[in-house]
Amino acid sequence: MPRMNAAQRHGVEFTLNGRKVRAEAENRMLLSDLLRHEIGLTGTHVGCEHGVCGACTVQIDGKPARACLTLAQQVRGSDVRTVEALAPGPAELSPLQAAFRRHHGLQCGFCTPGILMSLDALLRDQPDAGREDIREHLSGHLCRCTGYATIVEAALAAAEEQRKEETTNA
Amino acid sequence: MKPASFDFICPDTLDEALSALAEAGGDGRIIAGGQSLVPMLNMRLARPGVLIDIMRLETLRRIETSGDGITVGAAVRQADLEAWPNLLRDLPLLAAAFPWIGHVQTRARGTVCGSVAHADPSAELPLSLVTLGGAVSLRSRKQKRKVTADDFFIGMMATNLAEGEMIEAVHFPKARPGSGYAFREVGRRHGDFAIVACAAVADDTGLRLGIAGVDDRPRVFALPELDDDQFDDALNDIAWSLNAREDIHASARYRRELVRNLGRETLREASRCRA
Repeated sequence: MPRMNAAQRHGVEFTLNGRKVRAEAENRMLLSDLLRHEIGLTGTHVGCEHGVCGACTVQIDGKPARACLTLAQQVRGSDVRTVEALAPGPAELSPLQAAFRRHHGLQCGFCTPGILMSLDALLRDQPDAGREDIREHLSGHLCRCTGYATIVEAALAAAEEQRKEETTNA
Repeated sequence: MKPASFDFICPDTLDEALSALAEAGGDGRIIAGGQSLVPMLNMRLARPGVLIDIMRLETLRRIETSGDGITVGAAVRQADLEAWPNLLRDLPLLAAAFPWIGHVQTRARGTVCGSVAHADPSAELPLSLVTLGGAVSLRSRKQKRKVTADDFFIGMMATNLAEGEMIEAVHFPKARPGSGYAFREVGRRHGDFAIVACAAVADDTGLRLGIAGVDDRPRVFALPELDDDQFDDALNDIAWSLNAREDIHASARYRRELVRNLGRETLREASRCRA
């Protein structure tokens, strides 16, 4: 039974955006800080640090989760995805991101990475998600600029586009 | 907003977890999903010297049906129970309560037993457990014991968990045919802490109303079938018997008013579901 001493840093291995990574973290380090300060992926934003605002939301094993309420050591062996995984290339947005842009689903952009990760998981798990499902998922996020109407419109448009795509491919 | 330092232990067996907990004495805490504990660590309202992670213990990850009850192990996440295929049939009260428990993003990580251990007076899972007349299995290195949910919660974030003890599982009585269940809540925002939450059961023994967010712990009251006037009097008596809290979100008076109105609606809905 490994006991990890508080005074030292300990290795943590997990899959991050499809790649195996190994980082070093003190026991008390949060996943949000590991991602930003140790690994250098600053797309995950940190707002309230007690699970209320949703800015730090990432996906852990496919499910949206608060990086600020997760100790780095708790993701050992897990599959973590951050907002950096969404865009297929440096000059290209994912369909959900593009819909946010078209529908003015963001203004300052601080809350956006977390919202994108929640909605990305929703549209993958429930391709037929409607307005109510989107609002339910958004209730775990705070946006202080735009109001939520344009975010809901963007998500609905992305869901619609995804369904069309699937019909075309089928 | 960062936790103070602590040793971290990842036991491979339940026995190892219980030994580690015993050795840590009052300085040890179990961590499961962390959705209640990590905010406490971040705000340094909790400063354990040792954290023992139980999420890799397969034996605690089970939802089991036995006779007239459902046993939910300490490592079962809220989202796992929410997605359990028999939920609507066997635990309809929980099916109604789940949309109110935190957010999708916290239910994905938080555990059922963790919420019970945290014992927030406005939390939905402790309320549901108390209203259904459930029980909590506690285990230490030396002994196992089972206490009723009503005895388990003793005050504001206080339980009768002893030093060296952890919750091994919680037990929910299975819904019986011909019984009705309902859950209602008023909060500032969907998913926020409840100002008042009500859970109701209607069966052949009468009515039961559970109330969270008002007193320092979830409270449950038995009522006979009453006509409308008597019903309002009974709810008024219940509202005044609670030691209603006053905080930034609501006055004690508003909370009592919610008990009267939300309580009535929840009981009526449970009675309708029974019919």
